[in-house]
Amino acid sequence: MTIELFIQYLFAGITYGSIYAIVAIGFNIIYNTTGIINFAQGEFVMLGGMISISLLDFMPLACAIILAVAITMVIGAFIEIVFIRWLAAPSVLRMIIITIGISILIREAALYIWGEGVRSLPYFTGSAITAVGIFGARISPQVLWVVGACGLTVLALSFFFKATPVGREMRACAANRKAAILCGINTGNMVTFSFVLSAGIGALAGCMMSPITYTQYDSGTALAIKGFTVAILGGLGNVGGAVAAGLLLGVVEAFSVSVVPLAFQDVISIAILLIILFIRPNGLFASKEAAGLRAF
Amino acid sequence: MRRLLFLIPLVLAIAAVHLLCAWTGTLYYLTQMTMSAYYSLLVIGLCVVMGYAGQISLGHAGFFAIGGYLAAAFTTRNLAGLQDALPVRMLDAAGLLVSGRDVYGGAQLVVTPWAACVAAVLAAALIALLIGIPVLKLKGHYLAMATLGFGIIIYKIALAVPYFGGADGISEVPPFNLLPGLAITGGSANRIANYYIAWTLVLLGVTLLWNLIHSRVGRALRAIHGSERAADSIGVDTARYKLYTFMLSAVFAALAGVFLTHYNGGIGPSEAGVMKSVRYVAIVAVGGMAHIWGALVMGTLLNFLSLRGVFGTYDDAVFGAILILIMLFAPEGILQTGIMDRLRRLVSRREED
Amino acid sequence: MKNPGMKLWLVAILCLLAVPAVWAKDDIPVGAVLAVTGPASFLGGPEARSLEMLVDELNAKGGVDGAKIRLIIKDTGSSPEKAVSFAKQLIEENHVIALLGPSTSGETMALKKIAEESRTPLLSCASAEVIVDPLASYVFKVPQNDSFAAEMIFQEMNRQRIVRVALLSDNTGFGQAGKEQVEKIAPKYGIEIVDNEVYDKSATDLSAIIAKIKADPKVQAVINWSIVPAQAIVAKNMRQAGWDVPLFQSHGFANIKYAEAGGAASNGIIFPAGRLLIADLLPEGHPQKALLTKYVHDYEAKYKENASTFGGHGVDVFNILVAALKAVGPNKEKIPGAIEQLKNFPGTGGVYNFSPTDHNGLGIDAFEMMTVKDGKFVPYTR
Repeated sequence: MTIELFIQYLFAGITYGSIYAIVAIGFNIIYNTTGIINFAQGEFVMLGGMISISLLDFMPLACAIILAVAITMVIGAFIEIVFIRWLAAPSVLRMIIITIGISILIREAALYIWGEGVRSLPYFTGSAITAVGIFGARISPQVLWVVGACGLTVLALSFFFKATPVGREMRACAANRKAAILCGINTGNMVTFSFVLSAGIGALAGCMMSPITYTQYDSGTALAIKGFTVAILGGLGNVGGAVAAGLLLGVVEAFSVSVVPLAFQDVISIAILLIILFIRPNGLFASKEAAGLRAF
Repeated sequence: MRRLLFLIPLVLAIAAVHLLCAWTGTLYYLTQMTMSAYYSLLVIGLCVVMGYAGQISLGHAGFFAIGGYLAAAFTTRNLAGLQDALPVRMLDAAGLLVSGRDVYGGAQLVVTPWAACVAAVLAAALIALLIGIPVLKLKGHYLAMATLGFGIIIYKIALAVPYFGGADGISEVPPFNLLPGLAITGGSANRIANYYIAWTLVLLGVTLLWNLIHSRVGRALRAIHGSERAADSIGVDTARYKLYTFMLSAVFAALAGVFLTHYNGGIGPSEAGVMKSVRYVAIVAVGGMAHIWGALVMGTLLNFLSLRGVFGTYDDAVFGAILILIMLFAPEGILQTGIMDRLRRLVSRREED
Repeated sequence: MKNPGMKLWLVAILCLLAVPAVWAKDDIPVGAVLAVTGPASFLGGPEARSLEMLVDELNAKGGVDGAKIRLIIKDTGSSPEKAVSFAKQLIEENHVIALLGPSTSGETMALKKIAEESRTPLLSCASAEVIVDPLASYVFKVPQNDSFAAEMIFQEMNRQRIVRVALLSDNTGFGQAGKEQVEKIAPKYGIEIVDNEVYDKSATDLSAIIAKIKADPKVQAVINWSIVPAQAIVAKNMRQAGWDVPLFQSHGFANIKYAEAGGAASNGIIFPAGRLLIADLLPEGHPQKALLTKYVHDYEAKYKENASTFGGHGVDVFNILVAALKAVGPNKEKIPGAIEQLKNFPGTGGVYNFSPTDHNGLGIDAFEMMTVKDGKFVPYTR
């Protein structure tokens, strides 16, 4: 393998990886405050892309993206308030099924609003054929946008959780909900807020990746499965773990095409996940105690 | 005999549906009732895994597909070209092959449906055993992911391997002659017989599960669901019971796959899809996790309506809405009012009379 | 009735029985089994809309010899098991005189035997050649043969002196049927397939596989056989990698949405397709011109979206069925014979010449080589 090909694979892997990671982060934020895996996370990504594409007819790109993220955040809050907030101590299975139901409904609604056609945002810089050269490999500038957005999201999140009062309250919720209530934290609001936050991150990801991956009414499902895979691989609730696991999985997938047929790419990545789960039942980067907190 | 009395309402219902359809001249409903029966067989098996052993499985469509695809492939893939290979000669000597002409007159040598069925079900059981040992050690979302992953792998293999027909799946699967004159096939001449074949299979399945639940194993399973650690500490071999249940449900799913594939004359990758697995889990939940009857009724009803296309292009949307509504307002399932207890009382009262 | 489970059963069944059919006796019932939703909705959606439009138009004009067509569309979500259930339902309950669709080859193959046994004509919108070869007396298909598309591509390659190619295909029925034909026909034109990869229909980025193929210096051109949006990703990733070998696509590319999705990377893609895409550019007097311009105009005015060749398949199955109905009336068993008599019948896919041995009726001349120029489809000229 030439060095150029190696770098090309590496960047392809980083592209996949950042997309997976940013979806997985959305899973983790909600999981941390509620113990729920929100299977509608992929739909937030789709909504972000679709709404921004529709808004693009009326306003410049940056405004369309910001507004699309805001609208998706409102949808996230709406979902939490209507479907989740008033449930007293729901079981994990019940939440899995409710969020799956929500995801199906959003997807079907999108089919009736936007139709079955494929849409995409324009490239933020350059066009579909622009590429920048890095060490002899050629990368679309959009990839740099995705990687940048992913990196910034992680930085902003860690700042938010460490240095802002709301972030600290959310962490308190995650660590021990009862204790948080005793300290006067409104845990209900924190849950709503976690949905808003992860909807926003999902929507942002949807806008960033739309020029590369296109957006279709059903593009959320595949992303949700990959995002869930990465969240589990990194250890549920671990944002840093999600990024590491996402990049790892992306790179493995990219390099796997050099040895096995492309058609088996997903089989390889899922098989790796299963093997890792059998050896380390709580993911690659999770401590046993953290995972034990939220067993069924 | 007393242990079988609980089956009476089900037997009556099965016969009543037939008579009602015959009376109103709508026997064609039995086609979809037959298909629904096979899906319900899978659902009641899954119900025991989820409701009684307390393990979620988001990969049961995978077992259905293993059954269906292997049965379809063995009974359609022509071995005539490999006639001289040793394994083929051995199968032939054992009487497991049937030669004939395909629809278009070419020479054909395929495995008999009985042998294919046994092989497919054994394969599903074996895979359930191998997967079950490590997977059932996982908990919560990790278990959900692992079973989901298993389902995806089966789906992708069905799509990627030419032997299984790729995206087109396998068609022209021959009828399955259970007994002379009794064949699983989709033609309208065989409709009533197939309706009873399917529901007899469901009856057998229900009987088996019912007895399992009310046996020592069932009590052990309920102990696992209540508290696995407590069950462990009083000497219940939780791992083994969980594994047995998981394998049993895989066998049910594979059998359903084999039979439905012969009935439909083919199978496609949509049967292995993630959405199918999700559907099965949802039906079990909607029926009320630990209610075989609930699972049976909801499994039949929802599949029947869906297969008749009652919801048109809103099929998925209606399904999603049902999921949300029932999980929000009746989380114990739509038949939460203790049917099991009432049934038992009903049966015991009859005994007293 | 103390058993609530049983009561639920009966209530459910009675509900179903209580929906009686109120239909006029003289209507001609026609069934359509299409993937309006689900993974193949980009096929079934336009097909269903085209059919609805044509049925309304025909019925407004008085139908076929005074009898109106009653079209019953069933959405399979592209699963064969539903297609089987719906086909039986349409045949046994609604007594349809013909089935239109399905949209995908997998579903069509699942229905082939049912159509034969129930003696119901089936006019498929899927293109795989196994649908009509081996021939089944009641089964027809309207899309052009994959093998002709492959031959068009290879003829052009011979002209450009290309001998070693990479073949990419998607994992749908369309992609795999095409892959098979390309592999089969390539040797006849002296073309060697040096790389052969299959990508997932929901692939989001293919730069890794493009990098792999690009690293093979032998590859002189790429054939991309696909019907899903992901095929535009192939074009994009190739051009981003700075790789400018010719890219040939199949007739599955014949949807302006895909060219738009590929953006600048679509320019210069060479592909064979039916003439629907260049309806306006056809010379006056071309047998397909009037039909094509009318359909494209009507469809785009009614649904506010671009017409595609996929919707055109819906038009063709309908027009062929109506022509047969005009000839022999609503008689299931005579319709196949009437279709086999159709000669020089203009459709959106080409000019059909059916015969008892040819249930597709299109030749290689149904295709025109096209390319993309400034985001528009134009005839390919060297």
